[in-house]
Amino acid sequence: MKIIVCVKQVPDTSGVVAVKEDGTMDRAKMATITNPDDLNAVEAALAMKDALGCPVTVISMGPAPAEGMLRELLAMGADEAVLISAREFGGSDTYATSQILSAAIHKLGLDDETIVFCGRQAIDGDTAQVGPQIAEKLGLPQVTYATDIQVDGKTVTVRRQLEDGYMTLRLQMPCLITCIKELNMPRYMSVAGILGCYEKPLHVFDYTTLGDEALIEPDTIGLKGSPTNVYKSFSPPLRAKGKILEGAGKETCAELAGILRAENLI
Amino acid sequence: MAFDSKDTAAFHGVWVFCEQRGGQIMSTSYQLLSEGRKLADDLGVELCGVVLGSEMKNEYVTALGGYGADRVFLCDHPMLKDYTTAAYTKALCALVEEKKPEILLIGATSIGRDLAPRCAARLHTGLTADCTHLDVDVEKYKAFLRSTSNIDVDNTKFEENSNLKMTRPAFGGHLMATIICPRFRPQMSTVRPGVMQTQPFDEQGAQKVVVETVPVALAPEDMHVELLEIKKAAKQMVDLVGADVVVTVGRGISADPEKGVALAQELANTLGGVLGASRAVVDEGQVSADHQVGQTGKTVHPRIYVALGVSGAIQHLAGMQDSECIIAVNKNPDAPIFEVATYGIVGDLFQVAPMLAEALHAEIAAK
Repeated sequence: MKIIVCVKQVPDTSGVVAVKEDGTMDRAKMATITNPDDLNAVEAALAMKDALGCPVTVISMGPAPAEGMLRELLAMGADEAVLISAREFGGSDTYATSQILSAAIHKLGLDDETIVFCGRQAIDGDTAQVGPQIAEKLGLPQVTYATDIQVDGKTVTVRRQLEDGYMTLRLQMPCLITCIKELNMPRYMSVAGILGCYEKPLHVFDYTTLGDEALIEPDTIGLKGSPTNVYKSFSPPLRAKGKILEGAGKETCAELAGILRAENLI
Repeated sequence: MAFDSKDTAAFHGVWVFCEQRGGQIMSTSYQLLSEGRKLADDLGVELCGVVLGSEMKNEYVTALGGYGADRVFLCDHPMLKDYTTAAYTKALCALVEEKKPEILLIGATSIGRDLAPRCAARLHTGLTADCTHLDVDVEKYKAFLRSTSNIDVDNTKFEENSNLKMTRPAFGGHLMATIICPRFRPQMSTVRPGVMQTQPFDEQGAQKVVVETVPVALAPEDMHVELLEIKKAAKQMVDLVGADVVVTVGRGISADPEKGVALAQELANTLGGVLGASRAVVDEGQVSADHQVGQTGKTVHPRIYVALGVSGAIQHLAGMQDSECIIAVNKNPDAPIFEVATYGIVGDLFQVAPMLAEALHAEIAAK
């Protein structure tokens, strides 16, 4: 059995957010982190490795600096990392991204004892689309929003979160599962892991490496292969600033209650 | 004829995937039909609802006409009773390939967000997630930009066409992006629950709607996944999205979370509202996730939104800033929540909330 985990390096949208004059995000000025849901996916894989001894490969598409993130995931306990990076892959929307990631997974080899893990969604786009799109392109059954995963031989039983409860599903490997934060608590890098992470293999898949894959065509990857395009982008509107009332005592509360009644809000 | 998603001229009509759970249509479907109606009118085409289920009650299906559908495609099959990715994808894609709609809207529920990308990948078309605004008409889109953006609309060039312009928040709400899918059909979009307004039910529409039962070709081997159990959460789910009043607690309650939640609940009871929570409070386990307001929680637009000790991170604002009246109580006068608050009180929520509840109670009693 083996596990492949798809991860993404994202700008930390909870920290300082830099917007350029043209209304696009200034990624260079922002701190980067491993996408939070992806860490839950890595943890799910490493917990399975602890229990079953299966190797874990982490893969990421992104620019060269994403190698640092992959080293951290190797320090957490992953065995092998793949950075998918090429100018031709730039500008990909979720469709084109899933095409490239699927090609990389295909190259790594999928057999009937493989699980592919993804995070549910990345905090820069919040689309939750790439996982299911990879599953479709590789012909794998999928379960998204996983909160519990049990493996028995080649059979996987997953609890999937719904807004109003959950469902439990059983499927066979190979399969793809997307993970949410309720699934687990990601571990930290260990000291031994940090010391050993530079000894572990980190491969770079570029356009030449993946060029022979059937999924890689000029009209299915990169900006040209993306069905969706950005038409306009702009800063979200803020409401007009309201009124700060004087004080914070009984009179202030009575004043506010009076206003709400006068405005027929209560 | 083979299906070709690039043959854009062959696609007509606006479709809404009308999700059902346990035979009940999800309210998101009505919101999407109301929005889809406007798009269909602008395009001069039919609005169709698509229901996948098993032995659905006829009145639930015709009700979709009351929310704007001209036609309903009903895919009735035992394997469609409960959602599974493979069966739903196969049935929905087969119908799209046969009928060729130009627009397909799907609610961004945990099921819609599982189904939509799978279908988009199979159909080879684009998908835009979690949209908050949709336009086909360029003039209407310009009007939208005038009222909500910093774009100098009059000095910007806009291509005149009827591509679906799908606007969504990105980067945790720091940016808005309008996405188009010009070369492929259908143009697919998921829409967040609670964002679009449901139009009043129209009895005539429900009587006029044409229900077309569609044959479904599904075999057990199409399933791939075995559904073992569906469990509803034991407690009553909170109807945050439909609430008239929401009283939300934020990190400010951390000194005494239990008391903070109790005070908020009391205030909510006074106003006939429900309890909301910021992400920080939910992550700390002080309030359950179904109360969460914001980008990763629910989008609400109540008449009154009370924020107690909520700092107002942009992800939170994204989920509540369309509320009619926002009242913020926070110790920190520089908290971003005051930027969007209609009325603000700078003070300790533990002291202000009980006084405010009392004052509101007195005011309501005096009516």
